[in-house]
Amino acid sequence: MKNIFIYPSNSLILYDLVERFGHKPLAIMQEIRKKVTTAGIDSPPLNITPEDPKRGLKYAAVEVPAGVRGRMSLIDPLIEDAEAAILVEDAPIGFGCMGCQRTSELVGFLIRAKRIPILELNYPTSDADAENFVYRISEFLKGLEGATEADA
Amino acid sequence: MNEIEVAQISCGSEYTGIQGEIESAAEQVGAKIIFPDIDLDEVEVAEAKFGLKVTSPDLKLMLARAISVVEGHTTADAVFIGTCFRCAEGALVRNEIRRYIHDKSGLPVISYSYTERTTADTLLTRMEALTTIAKRRSLLARETQSGITAGIDSGSTTTKAVVMKDDEVLGFGWVSSTDVIKSAEEAFATALQESGIKRDEIQALGVTGYGRFLLGDAFNADLVQEEITVNSKGAVYLADRQKGAATVIDVGGMDNKAISVNDGIPGIFTMGGICAGASGRFLEMTAKRLGVDITELGKLALAGDASAISMNSYCIVFGIQSLVNSLSKGARHEDVAAAACYSVAEQVFEQQLQEVEVREPVIMVGGTSLIEGLPHAMHELLQAEVIVPPHAQLIGAVGSALLASGFIEE
Repeated sequence: MKNIFIYPSNSLILYDLVERFGHKPLAIMQEIRKKVTTAGIDSPPLNITPEDPKRGLKYAAVEVPAGVRGRMSLIDPLIEDAEAAILVEDAPIGFGCMGCQRTSELVGFLIRAKRIPILELNYPTSDADAENFVYRISEFLKGLEGATEADA
Repeated sequence: MNEIEVAQISCGSEYTGIQGEIESAAEQVGAKIIFPDIDLDEVEVAEAKFGLKVTSPDLKLMLARAISVVEGHTTADAVFIGTCFRCAEGALVRNEIRRYIHDKSGLPVISYSYTERTTADTLLTRMEALTTIAKRRSLLARETQSGITAGIDSGSTTTKAVVMKDDEVLGFGWVSSTDVIKSAEEAFATALQESGIKRDEIQALGVTGYGRFLLGDAFNADLVQEEITVNSKGAVYLADRQKGAATVIDVGGMDNKAISVNDGIPGIFTMGGICAGASGRFLEMTAKRLGVDITELGKLALAGDASAISMNSYCIVFGIQSLVNSLSKGARHEDVAAAACYSVAEQVFEQQLQEVEVREPVIMVGGTSLIEGLPHAMHELLQAEVIVPPHAQLIGAVGSALLASGFIEE
């Protein structure tokens, strides 16, 4: 089983696909869950405090907007743990979105720089494309060491 | 009184960690932050509807929320717009949404670019002004001062007090700010003495400025009000431009205000406290370096040519260094004084006036407006009519006394 970074990192469809092929999806929801269930922090809605953008300095200098650095502090554990990645470009917002384009650009760069297996796809625009989209993801996931057969 | 609902249209506040600060500032002035509810479909069509293409999805959401407010799908009394400081795309969207809401809805609107260091205190004055404009329109409609009232403006550098009777300033006090209450007592005592009015004859008192909350308690003031609305009212009142559009610029000791006003009511405004090089303190330091009193700096500047001096920085330290270098090369003191005034005006122009609608007349107020070179430089930059009304340095105190007279009749 591999840790698979997904982009957009809140895509439920990608999350589900990765899980079905026996890998562990790395999604931003799990990091937000850790934040909002941390006792003693009261910084709604996400429990991100002004300390988080400072942690984001690991990836971006202080002249980069605090919102980008705050997002990077959330994504940091996902980048660190990633052993492979599936990146989908030009997806509609409903498929999943990162909110901030600058963060997306930085995350894409950092993942590519890790030199891990990466599958990059464009969002499908036809039924045939969609079938091919799922097929390519399944082949990518099956080809990774430690993959198990899909349960569906 | 019903709670004021402030619609928040923003990107990044929750990831910056300052959403709680925004909500705390609103709560402190009796307001509640609400978020316009939007369907996904509305986000997807927002760019085309608004006419602005952006790449960040959260900025598309901002456009959709702005449209919802303007089209009345969201009911709000005022609007707060925010994006991350140093985000160029965010700044574009912020500015265009602010203009859009101001023009299409008439709702009071403020915008802010935040960092992780933004606190509720930083936002408080802006939020207070926003809610005042939303809920106290009748008070702000006041155009005459009646009865015997007083106003105290507890500024960061100086404290001013006035006593007024029937639209006339009878006396004023103007002292350096040290201890908030002691300085106010001193200025107020001078104003009373000059006016010949006894303290117990004052029918209503208004306070404003940084120390307003402390003074409100200490003086049992009828009106405790932030500087944006008070200065707007004071400026159009003293300049006799109460009807129609105007732009109020107040270059203060600690921060600057640029306010786009219509019929005396603030529309779009900005408060900047980013750099001391754009403040009255820079002019004070220049005067000291030139060996003249601050009151002489303006006249000196009028006789000078700002373009004769090379200013390489807006920073108060490096800016003074540029002036010193010029002096060491034999520059005329008049040119140095003019360059200092131009530098302040240019920085206000570049950093603040881009965020408000500059509409004539431009009314310059505050102590720095008496440094003649500054309004002159602003006129040169804007090519617009610049008015410095009588008692311009007392603007906050006069505005407070004017608005306080509304409490006599209540």
